[in-house]
Amino acid sequence: MASTSAETGRAEATLRDVANAHQPPEWGRWLLWAFVLFVAAEFAWIVARNPNFGWPIVGQWFTEASILRGLGVTLGLTVVAMTLGTALGLVLAVARMSQDRLFSSLSGLFIWFFRGTPLLVQLIFWYNLSTLFPEIVLKLPFGPVLASWNTNDLITPMTAAIAGLSLNEAAYMAEIIRGGLLSVDKGQVEATDAFGMTRTRALRRVIIPQAMRSIVPPTGNQLISMIKATSLVSVIAMADLLYSVQNVYNRTFEVIPMLMVAVIWYLIITSILNVVQGFIERYYARGERGAGSADKAPIRVEEPA
Amino acid sequence: MSKAAEGAAPMVRARNVHKSFGSNEVLKGIDLDVMPGEVVVVLGPSGSGKSTFLRCINHLESIQRGFIEVDGEQVGYTLRGDRLTKLSDHAIAVQRRKIGMVFQQFNLYPHMTALENIVEAPVGVHKQPRREAQAYALELLARVGLSEKANAYPRQLSGGQQQRVAIARALAIRPKLMLFDEPTSALDPELVGEVLNVMRDLAGQGLTMIVVTHEIGFAREAADRVVFMDGGVVVEHGSPQKVLGNPQHPRTRLFLSRFIEKV
Ligand SMILES: Nc1ncnc2c1ncn2[C@@H]1O[C@H](COP(=O)(O)OP(=O)(O)O)[C@@H](O)[C@H]1O
Ligand SMILES: [Mg+2]
Repeated sequence: MASTSAETGRAEATLRDVANAHQPPEWGRWLLWAFVLFVAAEFAWIVARNPNFGWPIVGQWFTEASILRGLGVTLGLTVVAMTLGTALGLVLAVARMSQDRLFSSLSGLFIWFFRGTPLLVQLIFWYNLSTLFPEIVLKLPFGPVLASWNTNDLITPMTAAIAGLSLNEAAYMAEIIRGGLLSVDKGQVEATDAFGMTRTRALRRVIIPQAMRSIVPPTGNQLISMIKATSLVSVIAMADLLYSVQNVYNRTFEVIPMLMVAVIWYLIITSILNVVQGFIERYYARGERGAGSADKAPIRVEEPA
Repeated sequence: MSKAAEGAAPMVRARNVHKSFGSNEVLKGIDLDVMPGEVVVVLGPSGSGKSTFLRCINHLESIQRGFIEVDGEQVGYTLRGDRLTKLSDHAIAVQRRKIGMVFQQFNLYPHMTALENIVEAPVGVHKQPRREAQAYALELLARVGLSEKANAYPRQLSGGQQQRVAIARALAIRPKLMLFDEPTSALDPELVGEVLNVMRDLAGQGLTMIVVTHEIGFAREAADRVVFMDGGVVVEHGSPQKVLGNPQHPRTRLFLSRFIEKV
């Protein structure tokens, strides 16, 4: 009696062990997958077969010299503007959080102005700076002139584009970095203070590395926005990717195929950036429990323009 | 146990220290001397200003009246002729470098390993050669019983282990004075002992320590002197036997009786 009940007990323990459970097939999900894949394939087929997209022309122009030069300008502008923007943004963020009212209000004013006006307008202003200030002069107050430049010589499409893009970017990055710095536990700041660290060292060694976890995702977002925002510089005759493409279709009238060339390049760059961002996020998640996947910071969606 | 050297200059001298947050006066005239090598335990109900006083000693908080001196230097100010002048942020940072602090919430740097946490200040602030700092850090980790955890990140350690690393980190700067703000209050009960053991060892080695804690047992065994604070003033102070065994003030008696009931 006792032995049979023990046996059924053991049999039941095996039967009920969740390690032996099997998953019922989820027909609904499979069906949905099949349907989505079918629609996607069908759509791809239609696009590929549609002669109006001019795929042979896309292939022909895709790696043409002027297009690649435009691509180089787009990438170069993005890197330079993003680097300058991030560096200035860091300064602005620290100033904004400073106890000193002068620094925090100056920083606030900068952010207010550059976030509050359209990037396109800012670019055009920079480009036409010479109509506002024909000459830029460096002199002592009420004293002699040390140096002076003709504004038209200083402001080329290149410098106007860099100034416009990086100052605008700085305003956005300042807010992203400030949010990141605020997300760091106050006890960390206290520890660096108690150990007599200087403010810069504390930022560099302790605060910023921890803030990076919440700075990186929105910054990746900004970078991708920036790549596309650089296309605005075509209005000030800067030969970026979009401008180069427009140059071609103004001659050949193959608007759609040439735009496809630009679209595919933009998609390739953003795909690479997504992968890189993943690596960076994993790096800054070190020291976290279950490194990498734990509580991701929310992504803020903001367009700079 | 180390005894305070007779006739030596105090390591800490606090006189008539007043501190308010807005209209809330938290410290109402604290006077306290701590002699070199002395271990002072500060007791008192929550909200009595113990943490605030500790933070004033290394100028994490500024005070509004009175003065505090550490190792013969006034904290946060200096005399220029006969004018008392505020020190620059940098000079204040330099003053803090001889004071070690251990926090209730450990405040280890989560992105650095235990070893990196410990060598950060010696290398980055005190400009010691890295190799020398690492050798000393390993020695300290051995002293707190965590030799094998040198390369662990804080999140991989238990609370008690984290607090022992934090103690090693504070010791790494070879401090003249150690401040402990409720070092065991954030720990699970079974982890309190390991941290108190480390602190008891330190107390026996002649380090000057000010310890805010609710561990009456630690006060009884390790303290040279017990200070009882309530409502922003020192109500009573003296040897552990005197303050804990035969408290004179009714508020001290009330506090201790609640404590003994609770334990
Ligand atoms: N940064 C602060 N701002 C405002 N009030 C504070 C601050 N820190 C402490 N206090 C107040 O000071 C009083 C004493 O706090 P604290 O020194 O932390 O007491 P204890 O450590 O003895 O529990 C409390 O009433 C607390 O609310
Ligand atoms: Mg406290």
